[in-house]
Amino acid sequence: MTSGPTAPAELPPPGLVGLDPQWSRLVTTSESSGVSRTWHVLDNQIEDPTATLLCVHGNPTWSYLWRDLVAQAPPGVRVIAVDQLNMGFSERTGTIRRLEQRIEDLSAVTDELGVQGPVITVAHDWGGPISLGWALRHRSQVAGFVLMNTAVHQPAESLAPRLIRMVRSRWILRLACVATPIFLRGALMLARPRLARPIRLAYQAPYRRADRRSAIGEFVEDIPLSETHPSKRSLEAVAAGLAQLADVPALLLWGASDPIFSDRYLSDLASRLPRSEIHRFSDAGHMISEDKDAAAAVYAWVDQLQESEQRPASTPVERDPLWSEIDRRSDDDAPAVVDFEGGAPASMSFRELALDTKRVAAGLADLGVAKGDRVALMVPPGIDLAVCVYGCWRLGAVVVVADAGLGARGMSRALASAKPDYLIGVPKAIAAARALRWPGARISTMEMPASRKRLLGVLATIEDVRSRGENLPEPPEPSDFDFAGIGFTSGATGPAKGVAYRHSQLQAQRDALIDLYGITGTDRLVAAFGPFALFGPSMGITSVVPEMEVTSPGSLTAPALARSVQAVSANLVFASPAALRNVVATAANMTSNEAEALQGVRLLMSAGAPVPAEILRAAGMLMPNAEAHTPYGMTEVLPVADITLSGIEEAGSGDGVCVGPPVPGVDVAISPLDFDGRATGSLTNQSGVVGEVCIRAAHMRDGYDKLWITEDAASQPVGWHRSGDVGHLDELGRLWIGGRMGHIVTTASGPVTPVGIEHSVGELADVVHAAVVGVGPAGTQQVVVVVVPRPRPRRPDLADEDLADRVRARVDITDVAAVLTVPSLPVDKRHNSKIDRTRISRWAEGVLSGRRMSKI
Amino acid sequence: MKVLVTGATSLVGRSVVGLLRGRGDEVKVFQRRPSGIGVAEHLGDISDPMAVGDAVAGADAVVHLAARAGVTGQWELFEQANVVGTRCVVDAARAAGVTRFVHVSSPSVAHTGRSLIGAGPDAAEPDRVRGHYARSKAHAELIALAADAPGMAVTAIRPHLIWGPGDTQLVGRIVARAKAGRLAIVGTGTSLIDTTYVDNAADALVAALDRAPQIAGRALVVTNGQPRPVRELLNRIVLAAGLEPPRFTVPYRVARTGGLAVEKIWERQDRPDDPPLTSFLAEQLGTAHWFDQRETRLALDWQPAVSLAEGFQRLRAHFESA
Repeated sequence: MTSGPTAPAELPPPGLVGLDPQWSRLVTTSESSGVSRTWHVLDNQIEDPTATLLCVHGNPTWSYLWRDLVAQAPPGVRVIAVDQLNMGFSERTGTIRRLEQRIEDLSAVTDELGVQGPVITVAHDWGGPISLGWALRHRSQVAGFVLMNTAVHQPAESLAPRLIRMVRSRWILRLACVATPIFLRGALMLARPRLARPIRLAYQAPYRRADRRSAIGEFVEDIPLSETHPSKRSLEAVAAGLAQLADVPALLLWGASDPIFSDRYLSDLASRLPRSEIHRFSDAGHMISEDKDAAAAVYAWVDQLQESEQRPASTPVERDPLWSEIDRRSDDDAPAVVDFEGGAPASMSFRELALDTKRVAAGLADLGVAKGDRVALMVPPGIDLAVCVYGCWRLGAVVVVADAGLGARGMSRALASAKPDYLIGVPKAIAAARALRWPGARISTMEMPASRKRLLGVLATIEDVRSRGENLPEPPEPSDFDFAGIGFTSGATGPAKGVAYRHSQLQAQRDALIDLYGITGTDRLVAAFGPFALFGPSMGITSVVPEMEVTSPGSLTAPALARSVQAVSANLVFASPAALRNVVATAANMTSNEAEALQGVRLLMSAGAPVPAEILRAAGMLMPNAEAHTPYGMTEVLPVADITLSGIEEAGSGDGVCVGPPVPGVDVAISPLDFDGRATGSLTNQSGVVGEVCIRAAHMRDGYDKLWITEDAASQPVGWHRSGDVGHLDELGRLWIGGRMGHIVTTASGPVTPVGIEHSVGELADVVHAAVVGVGPAGTQQVVVVVVPRPRPRRPDLADEDLADRVRARVDITDVAAVLTVPSLPVDKRHNSKIDRTRISRWAEGVLSGRRMSKI
Repeated sequence: MKVLVTGATSLVGRSVVGLLRGRGDEVKVFQRRPSGIGVAEHLGDISDPMAVGDAVAGADAVVHLAARAGVTGQWELFEQANVVGTRCVVDAARAAGVTRFVHVSSPSVAHTGRSLIGAGPDAAEPDRVRGHYARSKAHAELIALAADAPGMAVTAIRPHLIWGPGDTQLVGRIVARAKAGRLAIVGTGTSLIDTTYVDNAADALVAALDRAPQIAGRALVVTNGQPRPVRELLNRIVLAAGLEPPRFTVPYRVARTGGLAVEKIWERQDRPDDPPLTSFLAEQLGTAHWFDQRETRLALDWQPAVSLAEGFQRLRAHFESA
């Protein structure tokens, strides 16, 4: 033990922003040697608490880090946040405190404070291992862990050691951490956005002189990077000990832009704590509790912990595995999947698909892919994709489907978040993966020479995988409870969210679609809509992917659709509205034979975006024997409701678009809006009540990937999914959608939803499109109608009085402050049909405050 | 209730007198020249304590509308009428034992030039507002509200841009300019602006009189709650008068700079007529100002009875019958 500076604990100076002096107390503990130590501790001193939060800071911070947790503590919750010895305002002991010692120190202080009852440890940075070490010694008391940007294990190859190693050369260490406040200030600079000056000063308050900072250097020095390091074994003991704590629920809050504790450590912790919930903030960094409202998240989670103890477990329905129909038809030479990848039709029979599924599953397992591993699939719908998907499902690997519609940037972010272990792609995707450094060992669908494999970092090709799996036994089947896939929401507002499904949920989705559309083994499907194409084999029906540009649904032509129908005498057609629009536009290019083929279609389904009735009507003319349906749903749950073309016509116009009654097995309820447009009301089925559409179904998503806060907010009440859509049920039980929750206009006389007004205004003969947005502060917003008139103007302008009068005459529920005309409305890239009201509203705000009449 | 209305000859003043009489209140009025309204009249200068004292004697309530409006003129003239005048009326009212005092103010007392978007009634800021009128009215409002005391409930009502048939201020000037071919749109003409149809303003003032004890000491903005792009407002007024909508536009910066220059010239030459443009006017036309009416409607227990559409129809009928 070296002798360093000594000083007793002291209270923080008054006036530190956000810190109530009443929380501070000094506590004395005694070491086994009899020496006593004084501590500065934040403690709200709640008696007989229902739970105690024990908060442990890292380096170079102090208990100030946890001030929000103390401030926002709900009734009955005790919050204790210690300043570790030699840190913050606790005693400068003159001795070096290594990990083992710090765990002992923490135990001494909790003994002294009389911590009783369940404890949830909360830790950041190198406070993590200390808190977990404490938990190992207090196993019976531990009710949960909250960990923020921390680690218990140091993989040798990571970037952090390099950074820290550099700092660790003895004289740099002293210079950066102790002699100067460089390390301290540098750590505070990791906050994004930048910390306000008073907060930075508060963090620096206990470390103003070099003799107060010695522990900052010692803390860095205590990170065990070598086998011989004195704390190496302590850290390993904590990491290994977590196996005993695997049943403890944990919340991992993670800032993804942390140069020290990167996503790698998140994955490591998540694998050690199987009951962990994760929220990964893509735009937050190391100082996560400063960057985001971590306290609110912690308390929401604690709340749920206490509630979930009382929740009864539901009994899932037994369903067939996703590959069961393929297995059942393993002697059948009928085509399972047909695609037009090379221009000409290629086909794979059920027999071949059954064989390939097993081979690929076994081959992937042999390659090292384990159950639960994530496999990103960047393969267009068709034979290759079917083989990969069913191979992965059969093995128990989780397929990650980031479609090209997200754009390169969106895909990069989606993949960085999902962090697949493997990436199977067509050559173009493999090249992009290399160039953009997408995570995952690469597997190519296409054969390539060894040199090219090396160049692109390709681990294997699908053909390699197949031949590896040739004579291997089938891997064991995953359970229904295992995760099966992750898809992504469109991310019109912010980055795309990963949506996770378990096998049981996808099975239920398959069955819901079979029931809804009366699908039997004799049906043959043309799927011009990616997600649906995947399900064909699991339904045991022949699926055809027509010739079209995957990233652009509008590229499907009528002749291409007709040829696909012809190829297998298909009787089901599924296409997005954008695809149908082009089919209608190119109908004249069909030969009479092709046109004839469409007569055999019995069911036309369209989804993926709001489907205008006139598109269904026009497409229906080409398929006169088909009943046109449009299911309503979202990435998180589909189908929710369904309506036929005649149903749409029957429903007529109203406050929103009618999407039909909920499909069997789906509960739909409304969470009513309050005056400020927030869905705060308890769920109701009462007709006419406007609010957020809430859904409950067996085929609903399991959760959001590494977005626990989002998931928690979207799962109120428990077991339901808050769709983010606003709407109402009518007296016939049909669901009407009025727009997105975020697009509600909150006027002084109550919330107004846009879609009903848009449809009503759209019925004017000289209006092509209309968008309804709000301007002004929430609660007193004004309604603005932005229209694309016919003929289209060259630039945006105010509508003339005549048009304004006619628009206002169509809107009786609210005053319209302004009618603006534009050449076109911005729509989202992915579906090319959802109006970007957020952008329009921002634009209208500017124009109507007197700024220049810019383009949207 | 015995009510004294000052400045009763204005459009809204006449309406207020009509409403009060209609419901049986005893009304007298005070202004410089005979009004012919048909109620007891006291004539005099608003800053003359003797004359004002005589007028207010015996009244239970005062609606103080008298003010010097306009965009030009010497500061001293505004100060005399609006600041000294208001102090004079407030003092006289207190001395006479008046229990309810409604001071008619203007949203411009809190407008420092930026866009007001769904704004609430911010405090009057004499040192930061634009132009002599707004500055003098800001002082006046502070004086009036400072007089709020247990014996006399004072409230300030700020109607924004009152208009209606027979309005010589807003409508009259716009129509006169349009006729002369001198009406231009400043900027894009898209800034949202709140206005108040005259009947609604009068209703609100009467409501304020009735609710004075509940809203004592407060300032409330009153509008129709239906902001419109300024170009639409101008066009509709001009169309109601049977004229062609303006076709010229002046860029905002040009208008503002030009306005500044024009003001200087008019002030230097001390011209009595309206200048074609002032920087204040350019700002008023080039920036949004509309208000959050929730608090006002709750506090006054009042709703505008006449919508803008109805108001424009009445305006058209008025011009057609003229």
